[in-house]
Amino acid sequence: MRKTTRVHVVLLTTALWAAAAAGIGLAQNAPPGVTTDFSGEWTVVRSLDNTENPWVGDFFGLPLNANGLARAETWDASLLSLPEYQCRPHGWAYIYRGPTQLRISKEVDPFSREIVAYQPEWHQSTNMPVYLDGREHPPAEAAHSWGGFSTASWEGDMLRIETSHLKEDYIRRDGAMATDEADVTTWWIRRGDILTWVNIIHDPTYLSEPLIRSAEYRLTVNSLVPPHPCTSVYEGLEKGKVPHFLLGENPFLKEIRARYGVAAGSPTGGPDTMYPEFEQTLHDSGWSAGDRASNVGR
Amino acid sequence: MTLRTTLLRAGGVATAAAVLAMSGPADLVAQQPTQTSDVRVLPIRGNVWMITVGGSNVVASIGKDGVMLVDTGAAAMSEKLLATVQALDRQVTSMRMPQKSCVGIVLGCSWWNSSTFLPTTAAPPAPKPVVGIINTSFDADHMGGNAALSAAGRSHVGLAPQDAWIIAHERATSHQPKASPIPPAALPSQSYEGESFKLNFFNGEGVVLWHMPAAHTDGDTIVQFRESEVLAAGEVLNMTSYPVIDVDKGGSIQGVVNALNWILETAVVEHMMEGGTIIVPGHGRMADSADVAYYRDMVTIMRDRVRAAVKKGMTLPQIKAAKITRDYDGRFGRNASYTPDMFVEAIHRSLDTKS
Repeated sequence: MRKTTRVHVVLLTTALWAAAAAGIGLAQNAPPGVTTDFSGEWTVVRSLDNTENPWVGDFFGLPLNANGLARAETWDASLLSLPEYQCRPHGWAYIYRGPTQLRISKEVDPFSREIVAYQPEWHQSTNMPVYLDGREHPPAEAAHSWGGFSTASWEGDMLRIETSHLKEDYIRRDGAMATDEADVTTWWIRRGDILTWVNIIHDPTYLSEPLIRSAEYRLTVNSLVPPHPCTSVYEGLEKGKVPHFLLGENPFLKEIRARYGVAAGSPTGGPDTMYPEFEQTLHDSGWSAGDRASNVGR
Repeated sequence: MTLRTTLLRAGGVATAAAVLAMSGPADLVAQQPTQTSDVRVLPIRGNVWMITVGGSNVVASIGKDGVMLVDTGAAAMSEKLLATVQALDRQVTSMRMPQKSCVGIVLGCSWWNSSTFLPTTAAPPAPKPVVGIINTSFDADHMGGNAALSAAGRSHVGLAPQDAWIIAHERATSHQPKASPIPPAALPSQSYEGESFKLNFFNGEGVVLWHMPAAHTDGDTIVQFRESEVLAAGEVLNMTSYPVIDVDKGGSIQGVVNALNWILETAVVEHMMEGGTIIVPGHGRMADSADVAYYRDMVTIMRDRVRAAVKKGMTLPQIKAAKITRDYDGRFGRNASYTPDMFVEAIHRSLDTKS
């Protein structure tokens, strides 16, 4: 009996190696010698280009093209009072910035002991699995989700994640959007207790070039990712009304120019605003003089 | 003959890729949509499937009562659609299930089920026929396969078997050109009037037809599968284009807005504005409430922009020249047969400028 079992194990192992050699549907194992594990509880390090609470009209640093900027400039924050908007989570293209603690769980194949998926989650996030089991992405006709559909592969000791099937969603919380045709490339890079999360958004419809951003997390213990039950309610908006500003009629766009000293002809978003040279075009303003207390326009 | 071979012969070349993808057990089938260039199959939920044929979406309910289709694509694609439906039908109805054993005293067990030998020789049951067709509108790319699919089907509306029935709203066929009349075999065998029409249970669930007045046309129907939580929206939702508003056939911008708001009122989300009721558009990918909300927003915003332009005294050529759809054209303005200018013109023609 014991001999028979050994034979079966040998045959099975051989079959697995053969399948691995053929590259057929097996988990994307870490390369030999790589022991990086991303699972655990993480807390975000808020020291980078933090724009979690942007002013209305602040699209600086985003490579929005003309259409993306036009779309963003018509956004009205009252939209968030519509029932269809109240319980929305951050999508994959944005949530990496770390609104709360992050938990990354790992799914392990019980037989091979390989990691076949990571499950990152934040407070108010949906399920956003990252598959390492070699599966393909769904066809174009499949539904899209806030988390999209993510598959990953190892590049050295870094994990490269490709995400498709995303819903349309904001890339900054003031109306700057990426379409549902956007794809995201993500890199997880771990150095000791620090996780660097790099997000690259590809959306030719609204972005003139890929948007590259990153966030840092520090490994922590005893952090919590609480549940987030949410039900939409009526918040007083007239039925059938969709809040928005007509093209060129958003009054808050003047405030953002005054705040940062942006001349009338200079852009408030787009690739020209991404690089240090843009700062030379700004005039003196309350902001540049050190007045950062005002919340007007938020 | 293997299941795969059987399906290949039944479905023909057009569905070869579909059949290869469907050759596993039923639970695997649910993960393996068809992947051909012009016919693609995707499971939705329960007995309900989405078939994309030549760019138009068809919804199929397949089960113990037979096959019911919502729309039939373009006429040129009817053979491929029929082959795909038949292959899918055969695959669904031939699921391997353990035969009931009546050894011992088992309630409801007839003597012919008592053999433990016969089930080992049992063949899969014959696939059920196409029983009925519902048309969300009478556009050529939604009813073009009516005649072929109906003729290949069988229903029992009367005493004698007939072709599959066809149903649409009574206004759906009221604008057909006399110069090129629709063949009788493609016309509805019955129509409904009023706000809604309930079919008898089909494949274990209630199916309700909801009339959307003056939307894409004045004869649009949204089909609701109440157990599967699926809405077949037809042309009021188009994930590849601005909504086509056929003003000459009674369509209007406000009707489309109303229809999209009706979908949002009717649909139920699963969690955090995601999932739940699945909405199948007339064209393009599967959607849920959040997707429809974005689309509703876009259509409403375009209505508001045209209305504001009219109130400013702008003429239609001036409105078109202003490119007021430019921020959405990259996503919805790529349909060469329905340009942003055509959408703006349809809004302008059908707009109630008093409100």
